[in-house]
Amino acid sequence: MSWIENRFEEGVIVTSLDWAINWARKSSLWPMTFGLACCAIEMMAFAASRYDVDRFGAGAFRATPRQADLMIVAGTVTYKMASRVRRLYNQMPDPKYVLAMGACTVGGGPYFIHGYHVVKGVDLVVPVDVYVPGCPPRPEALMEGLLRLQDKIDKKTIARQPALARQV
Amino acid sequence: MTGRQIAQKLHDRFGPWLIESLPDDLHPRVHIAAEHWRAVAEFLRQDPELDFDWLSCLTAVDYLAQGKLAGVYDLYSTTHGHEFAVKVIVDRQTAKIPSVMDLWPAADWHEREAFDLMGIVFDGHTDLRRILLPDDWEGYPLRKDYVFPASYQGIPGTYEKDGQVKTEPSPATK
Repeated sequence: MSWIENRFEEGVIVTSLDWAINWARKSSLWPMTFGLACCAIEMMAFAASRYDVDRFGAGAFRATPRQADLMIVAGTVTYKMASRVRRLYNQMPDPKYVLAMGACTVGGGPYFIHGYHVVKGVDLVVPVDVYVPGCPPRPEALMEGLLRLQDKIDKKTIARQPALARQV
Repeated sequence: MTGRQIAQKLHDRFGPWLIESLPDDLHPRVHIAAEHWRAVAEFLRQDPELDFDWLSCLTAVDYLAQGKLAGVYDLYSTTHGHEFAVKVIVDRQTAKIPSVMDLWPAADWHEREAFDLMGIVFDGHTDLRRILLPDDWEGYPLRKDYVFPASYQGIPGTYEKDGQVKTEPSPATK
């Protein structure tokens, strides 16, 4: 939560500012270069010339969590990897978003029963904003997930929230 | 040499040690006990007629019903172009096989993998640690009587019990 949030009542200035902030945030998502398994191949296709996610402003894949604000968890998260996923998430600056890509990250997928080593959904490790099912999802499906994330960002506001106002 | 000739050569030298000899099988091999493995391995590696200089694969099998574990060594000779396999049988309780990492460098990581997933201890291995699973993992997952962990470092898992899939509640909902 940044310094400007939760300070002002909703009004014409605040909602106009919301519009500008949300437009800037959703149009320039910087994903992290973070592929865990076969889903990462589809994520690469999603970023490459044929599908070209740069059209939606999310083409700047960063090789460090400190410059990224979107984590696409692309692939099977093993128990061994879970602590690393958590650490990378903690290293990302706010505001940050997580997109769970593929059946394994959504809920364990084919390893739900017969995988002794797989986390049954990455939401047990980090908070997830958007779930994209598929095994693996096609790049179009991932793009749809990205657009839904942009819709979600569009609904954010810096105005004072009743539930949060009590804490201030 | 053909599989039959190799098996004959091994039989001439180590006759009483061979538990079983299957040279005509799709996977030509001999079965031996773990305590004789080291001598047989040195012979296979050093004999000029055999000259098995390449360890293609090292894997392990769990014979739960018989109470045995087996290490399976697939050998190949790049000079003669022949191949042969040895199955080293060991009790599940002791599960100790002498290491051959000094004869075939490929055995180094393969033995670590067999130790990691099957719990076979390779005597004489210089760095026998888990290779795939985290260091604090309990049990050997590819053994047939392995029980899945109910959770790992606080992350709930799923496991089968009485024919049903069970899961621990998520920490977020507790």
